[in-house]
Parts: sequence; structure tokens; C-alpha cells
Amino acid sequence: MKKIVIAALVAAFLAGCQTPAPAPVEDKSGAAGTTSSSSSSGTSTAGTGTSGVTGQTSGYSPLKDPNNILFKRSVYFEFDSFTVADQYKPIVEAHAKYLAANRNAKVTLQGHADERGSREYNIALGQKRADAVKRMMTLLGVQETIVESVSFGKEKPKNMGHDEAAWAENRRVDIIYAGE
Amino acid sequence: MHRSLRLVLAAALFLLSFAVRAQLTIEIVGGAGTAIPIAIVPFAGEAAFPLGVSGVVGADLARSGMFRLINTDSVVPRPSRAEEIQSDVWRGRGADAVVVGSMQSLPDGRVEVRFALMDVVKGSLLTAMTYTVTPAQFRATAHKIADVIYQKLTGDPGVFSTRIAYITKAGARYQLQVADADGADPQTVVTSNEPIISPRWAPDGSRLAYVSFEQKKPVVYVQSLATGARQAVANFRGSNSAPAWSPDGRRLAVTLTKDGGSQLYVMNADGSDARRVMSSNAIDTEAHFSTDGSSLLFTSDRGGSPQIYRLNLGSNAVERLTFEGSYNVSPRPLPDGKGFVFVRRDGGRFQIATQDFGTRQMQVLTSGPVDESPSVAPNGKIILYANESGGRGTLAAVSSDGRVKQRLVSAGTDVREPAWGPYAR
Repeated sequence: MKKIVIAALVAAFLAGCQTPAPAPVEDKSGAAGTTSSSSSSGTSTAGTGTSGVTGQTSGYSPLKDPNNILFKRSVYFEFDSFTVADQYKPIVEAHAKYLAANRNAKVTLQGHADERGSREYNIALGQKRADAVKRMMTLLGVQETIVESVSFGKEKPKNMGHDEAAWAENRRVDIIYAGE
Repeated sequence: MHRSLRLVLAAALFLLSFAVRAQLTIEIVGGAGTAIPIAIVPFAGEAAFPLGVSGVVGADLARSGMFRLINTDSVVPRPSRAEEIQSDVWRGRGADAVVVGSMQSLPDGRVEVRFALMDVVKGSLLTAMTYTVTPAQFRATAHKIADVIYQKLTGDPGVFSTRIAYITKAGARYQLQVADADGADPQTVVTSNEPIISPRWAPDGSRLAYVSFEQKKPVVYVQSLATGARQAVANFRGSNSAPAWSPDGRRLAVTLTKDGGSQLYVMNADGSDARRVMSSNAIDTEAHFSTDGSSLLFTSDRGGSPQIYRLNLGSNAVERLTFEGSYNVSPRPLPDGKGFVFVRRDGGRFQIATQDFGTRQMQVLTSGPVDESPSVAPNGKIILYANESGGRGTLAAVSSDGRVKQRLVSAGTDVREPAWGPYAR
């Protein structure tokens, strides 16, 4: 019993790390009193407990195995760079191989930029990085239709610091599997 | 019943929390050397109304940095009509202009607000007006009076009756808010647990376009302020961002990546008929329509570094506008059509600057270090922008001649992405 709870917590923690719950969005009109809900508002936010149970029953997933290279989901970029550095190529290759073998899998490549400069221009910089990872994956045989490259610009830094080390951690592409 | 009660309570708590915490207060950091000395005499009968009008008029004018308020204490009797103003008395106090007025209840519950503006140097009446309003309209009336005074004495239209939009971030909670230009009466338009950026006012002030990441990717929405109804107008594969309204409010320029790379498109405001306006192998983004709608200003790295360009929508000719420095981004046209505001990097400092289309003359307005997202007031005289103070996002404003600087302070929350709304209609 205790073990299951711990396992569920661990799974929930991992799921929480990799898949932030969809954002609940509430609308407020300018006029007082009227509210409307967006169609995309908070669907599966209460699912941390159930996702742990699902993790128990669905068996081993290499994506969730800390000892598997597929557990690595971030590709980092040098300043002003938009090419995948050699040290990160094995990660991209491993995910490309997994995607080729698992035709039902889909990924979103989330590009990110460091905090310096225009928010909108940083969206474009993050996009360029996500596109670079996508290009490498498709060259490795992954179907273009199962990979979507998008950008968060500087809006979601991994490291909240304001120095070179923090910026290096924030210039990245995160590989997110659908359903995570 | 239960549900609606909960909503009302939630709304009440919401409003209360704003009143206590989130309102922006505006401080003058540096003023114009030539501030106009003006005396605003408390209006006759004003004491009967807790909110009053003349205090808001004075606060508006002082906050603009263009006026200096002259003490009106101990002037007895207080004038309330133009003919009661003794010009020599006020000149003796250092005033160039004097505002007097009155407030009187009408039998139907409304209030008659009168004011007069006198040039006491020339001894001439500049204007006198009467408004019949409800007490709920006192603030709006005060802003209108301040607009009239500002225009009479500076020659430019006032923007005290306009509104601003901005994004607040408290923890992981993002809100798009709209407030009066003086920071009063903030209203939340959207709340999300994911970032919101780039709010842009429709030219008639009825809608806001913005970019929300609630679907784990940037999607452009348009939302009505009157009804709260919203629509995803650009939700293509890839990223959708950087909305900008055409001057007639019928079209939006956006940056889409659906066909590869960040490229510029123009579509109808409902999201239909998105057409790519240009093809490049580079980043093209941050488009803004020129004041006359004939061209797009945008940022591109096609020359190797991000610079500002102009696309003529008729001829498709592209012209590079910035050449100084290796990072010039976020162009916004000035309302007079003669130039644009943008962000430049100087060393490691990001600063707000303007540039003239014709002469290419650049003027740096702020010193940075992290100034971004400029937005021009509809009269072209003030530029609102975002920066940081004490590790938090704050808003600031600078006059387009760089002389008056203001800080918009909000306790406790991060504020960013300001957008100045159009003139009230």
C-alpha cells in the first residue's frame, strides 16, 4: 500500500515535471457580472493521482526511465546559435528512432530563448531552434506530421537567474510527447 | 442560484483585491523644464460630493509633467466663475492659467459640472463648458476637462480619457488587464496559468488582440471588452504571434510559422483569409501597420542582425530603416506618420528610441537597461514601455521629446507588455 502510494507520487511528480497541466483560462468581460468560459479551460488538471495509477498499469516506458537517453528532453544552444550541437545529437537521434518505431507517438518541440531583448523577436528565435531540431528529426526519417515545432520565446525560463549560466540553460528546445 | 451567488462573491473579492493591491500609481520621475504653472481652484459646491472633480483634473495635469500646480489655499473668496477671477492676484502667485468651476445637484439626481479656463497673463477666457452627469461619471468628466485644458494650453489633444492594457504576473498566474490611463479602475480581461503577451487594441477600442500560451503554444486571440467573448483567430500549426491591427480595424497582421520560419501574414480580423505578404529565408516578425495602413514596419534578421524594415503593401518594396547598431527591434509607428518608436541595444543595454523616416535622425529616450515593448499614446506625446525595478517588471513612460519621465508602480505584482488604447469615442 505504502509502496503504491510512493510509486504514484513519483509518477505524479515526473508527470508534473514533464507535462504541466493544461492552463485553465477564465474570461472576464469588461462589464461587471458576465463571465464566459473558454472551450479549452482546465480539462485534466485534477489528474495527478490518476496519472500515477496509469503509470502503474501501462508498464515500462523508456520515456520515463531515468536511465534511458529518452528521459533526456532538452537540447541546449549556444548564444545566437540555431544548430544542434554535437553533444546533443544522440538525444535527438534517440527520440527520432523512438518516433520512427512508435507511429502513434507525437511530439511538440518547444523552443526557448534567453531573457534578453524583445518578447516577440525571442518567439522567433525559439522557433528557429525548435525548427532546427525538427529538421534533424525529419532527416532521420521521422514523419513531418507527427512533429510540431512551436516557441515560448523568453516566457518560460528554466533558470530564473540573470547571468550567462542561466541564459545558457534557457536557450533550449524541450521535447514533449503528446499525452504526457 | 448558488452558482450565481458564488460568482458575485468571487467578483466582489476580485474587485476588492484590485482596489487594495493592484492599481498602478504613477509617479513623475523627471519633469519638463517648461511646465505650465496652473491654479486649479476647488469647484464651488464640490464638498457635497465625496469624489469631486477638480482634484482629479489637477492630478491628471500634474502627472503629465507638462503642468505645475499653483497653491490655491487662502484665496478668499474663491472664484467659481470666469468673471470672478482676478488675474493680477493669480499672476502674483505665479500662475499663467486658472481653472474655476462649480458642481450643483439637479432634481433628477444628476449633477451639473461647470468649469472655465482663464489665461491670466493675457486676461482672456480660453474656454468654459458645462457637463450634466451622474456621480458615477465624475472621474470620466474630470479626465475630459483635463483633456480640454491640456489641448488649450499645449496645442496637443490630451489622453487622460484613454485606457491602457497590460499583463500582470503573480506567481504562475497571468492576467490581461485594462485600466484608465491614470491606472484607476483596473479590470481583468483574461486570466491564465500560461503566459500572455502582445496585447493590441483594435482602433475603435472595442477589442483586444493578444497572444496566449494556454494551448502550450502561442495562439492569437481577439476578445471583445464589452461581452468578454473571445475567438482564436490564428491557431495554425506551429507558432502564431505578434498581432497588429490595420488602422481601419478590419485586418490583422500576424507572424505565423505554418509554412516554415517566422513569416508575416495579413488576415481578416476574424481570422479568415490569412495571406502571406512576403517570403524570406529569415525571421520576419513584429509587424505594425503604418499610420495610413499602406505599409508594414517589421523586424527582420535578413541582413544578419535584427533590424527594422518597411514593406510597402502596394508595391511589395522592402526598405531597411535602421543601420546603427546590431539590434534594433519592436517598431511602432508614431501617429503623425513621420517616424517610429523602437527598441535598440547599446552595449548590453536595451533602450527606447525614436527615428524620423525622412531624416533617419535617431533620438534615444531612455537609458535602459531592460526597456522593452514600447506603446505610443494616441496623441504621440507619451511612450509607455516595460522595464524592471527591484527584480520585478514595471511600467514606465517617457515623453516623445525625452524630457518627462514617469514610473507606474504596482505593489506586489509583475507588470509588463503595456498597450495604450485609442481615444475614447
